Amino acid sequence: MIEIRNLTKSFQSGNDTVEALKNVSLTIPDGDIYGIIGMSGAGKSTLVRCINMLERPTSGTVIIDGQDMGSLSTAELRAARRNITMIFQGFNLLMQRDCLSNICFPLELAGVKKAAAKKRALELLEVVGLPDKAKAYPAQLSGGQQQRIAIARALATNPKVLLCDEATSALDPKTTHSILNLIRDINRELGITAIVITHQMSVVEEICQHVAILDNGVVVEEGEVGTIFANPQSPEAKRLVFPDGSNEILPAEPGEKRIRVVFNGALATGTPLIATMAMEENIAANILFASTRSIGDKVYGNMLLGIPDGEKNLPKAAAYLQSIADVVVEEVLPNA
Amino acid sequence: MLDKLFSSQAVAEALRIIQNEFPLAVWETFYVTVISTAIAIVIGLPLGVMLVVGEKNGVLPLPKWLMHVLNVVINLLRSVPFLILMIMLIPFTRLIVGTSVGTVASIVPLVIAAFPFVARLAESSLRELNPNIIETAQSMGASPMQIIVRVMIPESIPSLLSNATISITTILGYSAMSGICGGGGLGKIAINYGYYRYKYLVMLLAVILLIILVQIFQSVGTRLATKADKRLKN
Repeated sequence: MIEIRNLTKSFQSGNDTVEALKNVSLTIPDGDIYGIIGMSGAGKSTLVRCINMLERPTSGTVIIDGQDMGSLSTAELRAARRNITMIFQGFNLLMQRDCLSNICFPLELAGVKKAAAKKRALELLEVVGLPDKAKAYPAQLSGGQQQRIAIARALATNPKVLLCDEATSALDPKTTHSILNLIRDINRELGITAIVITHQMSVVEEICQHVAILDNGVVVEEGEVGTIFANPQSPEAKRLVFPDGSNEILPAEPGEKRIRVVFNGALATGTPLIATMAMEENIAANILFASTRSIGDKVYGNMLLGIPDGEKNLPKAAAYLQSIADVVVEEVLPNA
Repeated sequence: MLDKLFSSQAVAEALRIIQNEFPLAVWETFYVTVISTAIAIVIGLPLGVMLVVGEKNGVLPLPKWLMHVLNVVINLLRSVPFLILMIMLIPFTRLIVGTSVGTVASIVPLVIAAFPFVARLAESSLRELNPNIIETAQSMGASPMQIIVRVMIPESIPSLLSNATISITTILGYSAMSGICGGGGLGKIAINYGYYRYKYLVMLLAVILLIILVQIFQSVGTRLATKADKRLKN
């Protein structure tokens, strides 16, 4: 378990002090894939670097499996870092070494014998699906392949935690998907806790179980991905979940009332909800905004509906929609 | 002027001098240059490493005064023109080699002039390295020495080789200059015959040989640097 308690980090730039992290507290359970999402400059990278003490926190503690990272000696910290490895946006492979010796590198640092290191590296090349690239140099590989080698390198020392700092931000959507799958497989099969730093909501939605939303150095919202997707509370979370802004919708027609329909993990994939409402209740709802995502077989997200002749139809529509499990309906008042 | 330069008498004389003196002179220039460069790298490379890692935010921060002294010494030696440095170093050379005249003696001022230059070039090579690579090594628990020996230097090899080539060609030029002060080699021949005895043809030939040597060093160096660079493999 990783416990981050009241973490603050400030940087001195000239006479100004910039607070990159303000009193951040998070608990990351073992075996989780934990997303930390935020806009550029929100402090995500600083936060992840405080976990392995690449950045020393100004105050606060990071406790990993009962061990206070800030209290470790230099040598102890180096040993601890073999348990908390990291992958990066830029892959950061050693360009003058071939893939095999890149993967051997952390083992070399740890003083593992050459033959044993090579054996382990060859196994890891299999794990990441590039068994034929042992003798290739990083410059000969695509971005996705380089990240796979970087993941193999990060796994070499059998870590418990894998920190992913914008690991897919330099990759195209298809490669991103395959790298995320690899991270999920590693998480499931090896039980490694993954902390995924990203600015892409799609990454969180694809693999994370929990998410913390970081804005301007503050955790504004934290919890299960499904819950936050379905019903973001803070403006920052709303901005990330609905990047197009669901509140900036056309002015209402005369007599129209608006409701927000929240899908909170409803098993509604097979049901054309709005169409059946039109047929059964005779209410022709106007879809003003919709952002729904299927995660597994459940639907998360929300919809903004315009209900014509609202005085009469709104209670009927609300009652109909609310009869489905895990669907929440609330009226949206003008200018709300 | 030209017919004087190439008169049969001048050509015959030049050929005699070439036969008698050039093989040894080329060899002297070659080995003085190579040995001086090698010693300059042995001294300069660690200093270049210190200049990079010893900074406040470096991998292995060194005391501020030490960095200051290092920078001042390097800048001082770099600002003295080689000819003057060589003259100033005569007592020092005599102390080390026993004499200040001759081919071996010229190695001393060459090394003193070259190692600060090498240190600066090594510094610039090491600074080219992507800082994220160093952070990555730190995130894996690498010690400062491991980062220097296993990351910074190996990753900078192509650039270091290019800069070593620049060093060796510069030192070749200095070694020719040392002919004025009793150093041996092609420089001595060019000065003794061309400058003191007006045998311009001999001087011209000595210069051509120097040019050929520079070309050889440069093309070998460039080839080695390119071959060593695994980023260029395709």
